[in-house]
Amino acid sequence: MGLLSLVTFIPVFGALIVLLIPRQNEKAVKIVSAVITFIPFVLATYMWGQFNYTMSGINNEAQFQFVQHFKWIPAYNIEYFIGVDGLSFPMVWLTTLLSFLAIIASWNINKAVKGYFALFLLLETGMLGVFVSLDFFLFYIFWEVMLLPMYFLIGIWGGPRREYAAIKFFLYTLLGSVLMLIVMLALYFNVKDPVTGGHTFNMLLMMDQSNHSGWLLGVDVRLWLYILLFIGFAIKVPIFPFHTWLPDAHVEAPTAISVILAGILLKMGTYGLFRLSYPIFPDVAVKTAYMLAVLGVINILYGAFVAMAQKDLKKMVAYSSVSHMGFVLLGMSTFTDAGMNGALFQMFSHGMITAMLFLLVGVIYDRAHHREIDGFGGLAVKMPIFAGVATLAFFAALGLPGMTGFIAEVMVFIGTFSVYRTLTILAVLGIIVTASYILWTVQRVFLGKLNPKYENISEISGRELFTLVPLGILVILFGIYPIPILNLFRASMTHLINLIP
Amino acid sequence: MITLALYIWLLPLLAFTIQIFLGKRLPRKGDWVSVSAIGISFALSLILFIRMLSNYSPDFQVTASVPWINIGQFKIDMGIYIDNFAIVMLMVVTTVSFLVHVYSIGYMAGDPLYNRFFAYLSLFSFSMLGLVLFDNLFGIFVMWELVGICSYLLIGYYFEKDSAANAGKKAFITNRIGDFGFLLGLLVVFTAIGSFNLSDVYQGVAQGKLSGGLLTAAGILLFCGAIGKSAQFPLHVWLPDAMEGPTPVSALIHAATMVAAGVYLVARISFMLSFDAMLVVAYIGGFTALFAATIAITQNDIKRVLAYSTISQLGYMIMAMGVGAYSAGFFHLVTHAMFKAGLFLGSGSVIHAMHHAMEKTNVHEDPNDIRLMGGFKNKMPATYITFLVFTLAISGIPFFSGFLSKDAILGGTLAFAMSQSNPVHYLLPFFGFTAAIITAFYMFRVVIKTFYGEPKRPDLYEHIHESPKVMTVPLMVLASLSIFIFYTLPSFNPISAEQGWYEQLIEKPASAVSAQLGYPVLEISEQIEHSAHVNGMMISILFALTGIALAFLFYFWKKVDVEALTEKIKPLYTLSYHKYFFDELYNATVVKGLLAWNNLLAWFDSNVIDGIVNGSAFIMRHFSSFTGKFDLGFIDGLVNAVGDLTQDVGQSVRKIQTGQVQYYILGALAGLVLIIVTVLI
Repeated sequence: MGLLSLVTFIPVFGALIVLLIPRQNEKAVKIVSAVITFIPFVLATYMWGQFNYTMSGINNEAQFQFVQHFKWIPAYNIEYFIGVDGLSFPMVWLTTLLSFLAIIASWNINKAVKGYFALFLLLETGMLGVFVSLDFFLFYIFWEVMLLPMYFLIGIWGGPRREYAAIKFFLYTLLGSVLMLIVMLALYFNVKDPVTGGHTFNMLLMMDQSNHSGWLLGVDVRLWLYILLFIGFAIKVPIFPFHTWLPDAHVEAPTAISVILAGILLKMGTYGLFRLSYPIFPDVAVKTAYMLAVLGVINILYGAFVAMAQKDLKKMVAYSSVSHMGFVLLGMSTFTDAGMNGALFQMFSHGMITAMLFLLVGVIYDRAHHREIDGFGGLAVKMPIFAGVATLAFFAALGLPGMTGFIAEVMVFIGTFSVYRTLTILAVLGIIVTASYILWTVQRVFLGKLNPKYENISEISGRELFTLVPLGILVILFGIYPIPILNLFRASMTHLINLIP
Repeated sequence: MITLALYIWLLPLLAFTIQIFLGKRLPRKGDWVSVSAIGISFALSLILFIRMLSNYSPDFQVTASVPWINIGQFKIDMGIYIDNFAIVMLMVVTTVSFLVHVYSIGYMAGDPLYNRFFAYLSLFSFSMLGLVLFDNLFGIFVMWELVGICSYLLIGYYFEKDSAANAGKKAFITNRIGDFGFLLGLLVVFTAIGSFNLSDVYQGVAQGKLSGGLLTAAGILLFCGAIGKSAQFPLHVWLPDAMEGPTPVSALIHAATMVAAGVYLVARISFMLSFDAMLVVAYIGGFTALFAATIAITQNDIKRVLAYSTISQLGYMIMAMGVGAYSAGFFHLVTHAMFKAGLFLGSGSVIHAMHHAMEKTNVHEDPNDIRLMGGFKNKMPATYITFLVFTLAISGIPFFSGFLSKDAILGGTLAFAMSQSNPVHYLLPFFGFTAAIITAFYMFRVVIKTFYGEPKRPDLYEHIHESPKVMTVPLMVLASLSIFIFYTLPSFNPISAEQGWYEQLIEKPASAVSAQLGYPVLEISEQIEHSAHVNGMMISILFALTGIALAFLFYFWKKVDVEALTEKIKPLYTLSYHKYFFDELYNATVVKGLLAWNNLLAWFDSNVIDGIVNGSAFIMRHFSSFTGKFDLGFIDGLVNAVGDLTQDVGQSVRKIQTGQVQYYILGALAGLVLIIVTVLI
């Protein structure tokens, strides 16, 4: 069995093991889950060591790494086809890291422990599967596998309005899935495998325009399919105006689930655009690029403005995600080296930074049992270490140089400025608004006189620090020296840019 | 040489790392780590400085760089660039920083976060030195933001005070507004030239890759960064509030070094400023010089007077850059760093004593208020004498450093006005000379109110003591560095630095813009330059003396009834006292406007957008309940017959639908395992 399959399926086998542990032994459930999620992380790190930076992937099977490719359901030409390239591997690595940290952050779950951890492990396989699949059908299955555990994790272990949030998340995402399904079938019936002559779900074959049927080459058809697929992914990103499920889902979800939701799930939207929309419909992508850039700028500014008005700390962080994902959209709309790599870097960077922010909100919620920004004050007096780590994470989010967010934003700006000047100026305005809402939040929570209610609040625990410190180190390390990450992207992004007419 | 520079730069970073993680556990809370790191940096800078003097060549430069980011067409190299200009700046930064470190041992003694204070000072020194050393605009921008964060952290050092927390936030956000322009300027430059490296940019501009309106725009946009950092009008509002930080910080960051970074930046990019851009720079600087000085007159908080004075002096430097008097502006940066750091540390010494006296007498008033002082010269002789030296320097009295540099700026400004056909440009020397009188006046107002006359509060006065040696010795060092001789050597001429090492080694860089034909270029003839300098010098000495005499008339001999005069010009007084109401204006428009706009969008988000989502869900629910009834009444009737048949099957299937999650999970898992198994077989 290939390394990549191991990474993908170890969590789900772990879920089976967890289900076999007696219900009373909650400690064992947690420890087994931690060990199980740590293994894929170690394997993924090993794969990073083996990764060949010159191989581009995207539409060329020979250029993919850790490939496994064989027939699965021959009757419909459905294949088990997985592999990674510079686009997907960073996401795979990030997923394994965040999943492990999220398990540690779930240590204080005490309701239906077995169910929670089993679902979580199933979710991890779903996410990894999405990133490694190169067969559309397989991709779709993993996409759905990921959806179900998420629904339950929010709906059962969430906050007071969890059912509303879970249903909203589920229906919204389901709508996206349906649109994706339509496009998938349309492609399946209109793409021919040049070797066998049959229909195919193979993404790479779909990317070759010469395999498209006459119907699929029609201008209108391509545009409509692109738009349907785009909305499917836009819901996930989320792109304005499809974003309102996000704040609700985040506010209700338990901490670790918010981490996964913001850190990984949001990236699947933009990943899908990179992986499927761009290479399959490059001509439409170019034609609609300006719209994408406009949506990106709307996300950046709208998210930032609305974030500033929030009274709930978690909602504030959720809207900041909307804003930060805008940079990904803006960067990827440019088809320039700096813009595309910057967009991908922002996906990676935001995954780490937003994970830190949600973990920090969790720490504070576990102690204060509320998230009203105005209900704190002066916490730095009693929790200096926590305040230090939080300030670091918030600075990272406002794009302070020396951390990853800055590199990503500047790359996006550089890439964009030569293409859309006015839009870039508007987007750069976002950095002022971002600084404002972040510093204002830091002040209201940590600075000023200590709120007497929190006279006895306890400092961040060792376990909580353990979830935050690795991310903090990576954010700084890759912020000063982004080369290891950029090297991963480079070949694939250069190749993808060349595919665009 | 590059290695030496790297040590100078990185030692404070090392000290920061040690301090932030281990500081609390080290003996003396680790102050010696930070102090010795910057001490060594200072010694190494001195070596560089001596080498520069032994070379004695204006063209001296060393540079080295390594590739940093390289993807496709997007490349950035990072490197160090050392020329005379950078070496002098290194000297300024390390000297002031070292003295402030030493002074802080006394000033911050007993502070609960003592180690963190030194950690921040070290981080600041690292960032500031990096800003000086980088050879490219991108690196400069990175360090520019880092000094901003250090400033934020140190202004808000007493974070339990709301005013301190507010001031830190205000400083950072105001600077971000300036940085918005800076960043756009960087984008314009990079898009046109494809590099951030200063020498590449020089080549690019000279070859005309960036020209015309875009070149002017790039210059002005980059200058926006300087408007923020150097607190120039209209972004000056943050600096007075920044005085909430501990006084050593005000001396180091908000007087001597960080705020001067804006001037440094303009100097570094002066080669690419078009004539129009230079005019903008000159007018912003000149106006700020006068504008801030008129506010300083009426303030009663000793640090706020100094803050407005800093804004005003920075205005001088910026104006000098704008009129092409590049070396004069930078000269003033150097001399100002010494005497203004001295003024702040001196005021710190006074505040320290006041604080102490207030604790003794259990008085809770503002220790910064000059209305509570008076007669301190007998109690604090060292502080008094050094403070007087700094005041004479800033007022522009011969034999002191400030005279040399200020005179150079005023002369340069006058020369510029004389060389222009448009008489409107005489406004610039007008700003400069008027500000000079006011400067001498308000500085001596502070000296007289603090050190001369009868004690206003005998109860406090009784407990006023001179500060410890660790604080007064840095003052003495800075005072001696405010004497002309350090800047005129090898000549001993007290009224001209022309033969001194500084004027010989720091030359105006050639403009890259002049290489592009068809753009107006600033040219000032020797003759005009000479006559402007002679006249300028006469006027500036006269004006400085007038200002001092007025101050003595008003506050020492009391020949003028200040209260009555204040009443007579009440509206003007109120405007100045309330800083022309800029804080109120910004609050009412920008801050309130932004908050209202945010709330509007948030309302739109949760009511309109989410309303549509929830609304469509509502419609769907009702539609389905209608179809459900239709289903039940009509179609179901038909189906029921079939239903009976399937009921038995249904009964058995129902058992799966238990509503218990683990069964659902098991189901999903079983499905997935089935997939895997099929795959593997």
